[in-house]
Amino acid sequence: MLDDFMIRAALAGLGVALAAAPMGCFVVWRRMAYFGDATAHASILGVAIALALSVSVFLGAMVMALLMALAVTALSGRGYAVDTLLGVLAHSALAFGLVAVSFLSGVRIDLMAYLFGDILAVGKMDLAVIWGGAALVLALLTWRWAALLTATLNPDLAHASGIDPRREQLVLTLALAVVVAVAIKVVGVLLIAALLIIPAAAARPFARTPEGMAVIAVIVAALSVLGGLQASLLYDTPTGPSIVCVAALIFAGSAFGSSLRRA
Amino acid sequence: MSLIEVRDLSVRYGGHRVLNHVDISIDRGEIVTIVGPNGSGKSTLLRALIGAVPVAGGRVSRATDLRIGYVPQKLAIDPTLPMTVARFMSLPRRQSATDVAAALEQAGVPDLSDRQMTDLSGGQFQRVLLARALLSKPDLLLLDEATQGLDQPGSAAFYRQIEDVRARLGCAILMVSHELHVVMSASDRVICLNGHVCCQGTPEIVASAPEYRALFGSGTQGALALYRHDHNHSHDDGCDHDHAHDHSHGGAVTPLHQAARDKVH
Repeated sequence: MLDDFMIRAALAGLGVALAAAPMGCFVVWRRMAYFGDATAHASILGVAIALALSVSVFLGAMVMALLMALAVTALSGRGYAVDTLLGVLAHSALAFGLVAVSFLSGVRIDLMAYLFGDILAVGKMDLAVIWGGAALVLALLTWRWAALLTATLNPDLAHASGIDPRREQLVLTLALAVVVAVAIKVVGVLLIAALLIIPAAAARPFARTPEGMAVIAVIVAALSVLGGLQASLLYDTPTGPSIVCVAALIFAGSAFGSSLRRA
Repeated sequence: MSLIEVRDLSVRYGGHRVLNHVDISIDRGEIVTIVGPNGSGKSTLLRALIGAVPVAGGRVSRATDLRIGYVPQKLAIDPTLPMTVARFMSLPRRQSATDVAAALEQAGVPDLSDRQMTDLSGGQFQRVLLARALLSKPDLLLLDEATQGLDQPGSAAFYRQIEDVRARLGCAILMVSHELHVVMSASDRVICLNGHVCCQGTPEIVASAPEYRALFGSGTQGALALYRHDHNHSHDDGCDHDHAHDHSHGGAVTPLHQAARDKVH
């Protein structure tokens, strides 16, 4: 069954959806959208370094994403507004990454595959890494769920309950880096943030609890992956962007539906 | 031993010292109120007790396994975060539905459990915050201006509930409040704070302390009249204590009170 590239693509996409959607809820709740973007963009530099050192691209992307996230956390609150800081770091990392890739003359790299993903080329090994990463993220989020939620709600309430908000922030940063690394193959570095944020945003109007929102976001993300794959097969369009397009259409429907309900 | 003990605590924000060599200890079952003008470090002190602000000096020691219930001055819930009242009550530790219902009932808001937190009025929100803090059966309840947004009957009911909570749970209560008259009569002990502890003791002692009067004047909105009449007119205390903060000190008593009143209002 795994020999069919469409099946592998669908499984890869679903694995990413399962991890990215709940993570995306935290990104939305904590207003970290640009933060997600910055970490994702930084990962292209990790990809270049990994290719140069001939180590795993997943590993390179993950380490770079993590370093980026930690750098932003360390630098914020030192006189620069966070959005300025993210704008500087994210695009610098992307630019350095693109330049670094161009130095890799030995191997011909299909840069597009990393910028926009190449889900149809997912192999069995990739599949194992994606599902392993997704399982790790889900386990991390489930284990820390109550503490993460309390710290997200209000850091002082967390402190009073004996929860250290900085530690929970670190858990989220770690999970985000893993999501970025496993999502590169599926949607590429430029569109990872979309896969994080759009399903969560589409789920918001229909959710009454944080858990409900996470579950609905997973469903939206899964539908986007399957719909995007179908569409790209039907119309011969690039797969990663097609997935994001379907997610965007679901978001539009959700926004329209909720405004109708309110009217 | 005390539930929580603060020794020589100093806290800075930037270069500014917010708290200076503060010593406080709270015993089991006490109701203690912190009073002080705006910017005197009251909220900072509560946040230092829960470990939410870095201390620049001194230390905060808690009794082992101290359970703290904290009701913050304000709590902004991001509109992107869906949260029913019932779910909020179960954060971070899951509580049974019956316990949640009972706590909301006791707080006087029995029908709210399915409502979204962001849809509540200010008064309902405060009651839910208190109900949540009580669910964890705290040893120490910290209330930071907890009656903000409550009307007068609401705030009176709130303080009755506080007394009731102490009687039922036997927990200590440390609160910050601007409502001097209510606070003074409901407390076992009052701490007058202005960057440092100006004075502390029973409400009678604090109300007649020159340090307190320097901050709040002698006839503060009839607050003391409600509490004790006999201290209102003892204007003969000089100002011989050592004040590290910077309110203007007149030599005579009347100008001092005048200056303090101008500062407070």
